[in-house]
Amino acid sequence: MTEPTPTWRHPEFRRGAHEMFDISLGVAAWGLITGVTMVKSGLSVPLAVAMSLLVYAGSAQLTALPLIASGAPLWVVWATAVCVNLRFVIFSAGWRPYFGHLPRGQRLRLAYVAADLNYVVFMRRFPQRRPAPEQLPYFWGGAAITWVAWQACSMAGILLGDLIPTQWGIGFAGTVALIALTCSLLTDRVTWVAAVVAGCAAVAAYALPLKLNLVVAIAAAVAIGLVLERGVLRPAGGAR
Amino acid sequence: MSGLETLLAIAGLALITLLTRGFFLLPEREWPLPKWLHQGLHYAPLAALVAVVVPEVVMTQGELIATWRDARLYAAAAAVAWFYWRRNILGTIVVGTAVMLALRLGLGW
Repeated sequence: MTEPTPTWRHPEFRRGAHEMFDISLGVAAWGLITGVTMVKSGLSVPLAVAMSLLVYAGSAQLTALPLIASGAPLWVVWATAVCVNLRFVIFSAGWRPYFGHLPRGQRLRLAYVAADLNYVVFMRRFPQRRPAPEQLPYFWGGAAITWVAWQACSMAGILLGDLIPTQWGIGFAGTVALIALTCSLLTDRVTWVAAVVAGCAAVAAYALPLKLNLVVAIAAAVAIGLVLERGVLRPAGGAR
Repeated sequence: MSGLETLLAIAGLALITLLTRGFFLLPEREWPLPKWLHQGLHYAPLAALVAVVVPEVVMTQGELIATWRDARLYAAAAAVAWFYWRRNILGTIVVGTAVMLALRLGLGW
């Protein structure tokens, strides 16, 4: 398959960028907070810039920072990151049907930018698990917007550091963005039930270390979703 | 940590993030996953979102909040209301954040 036009000129690139643009305000708020947190936890400006560009994963960065600051052993820092990133392993199984056929170089570049919100927005656009030529440009449109919004605000946070008062809770803008995105995914009764179960599980399992409550919540919601899909709530003929 | 050790930690974090994000995507041959699991993955992004959001709104320092005077509750409610009224994500972010800032800076909630 050859592409007639470069990825960034494809109309789906614009659509992907457009649909991510609204959410990118929340991404920007988190990037800013992450940038501020990096320098406030004691990283030098060059190291903070390197972390932002190389790691490009807010939750892994925010969890690792206090460990780095307190001089924890490297293996503890890394093991923590593996646990915080477990949800990405789950998402990567979701990417496979769409992008598994691409050359490995492209898959590596995809893996670098495949953040949570890109997954959510992509799966909302392409719920059918089969590859199509417009998927790659759509993905890159959203990924480009997310990367630029995150890195620009992360750099601003690194440079402005102490000027931004964290007690205002600007980071809550990111949470609000997630609330809006969550609402857009609540399309039927099964998704509502799965969401309630995930929320309760996340609160109940909150005491687990390393943000493992996220993994518990995902497992609980997947389980309840599967059970309900098999006909408890849906009458015969309504199953997908 | 020394500068060099911190750089090593950062390089390791970058590698870990790349490998977890590409865990099932990077191998040349597809690892077979059962069909029910693929079906269930449909609920994973929703669950991950909710699992991040709910504790951010109703918990402080690992405890459920015990007061109604918390700006986050009203900001979240305003955000949900705005979303279902206008179906617009950008507006939802602006309204939710504005309510949060107004209550926090104005009333100290």
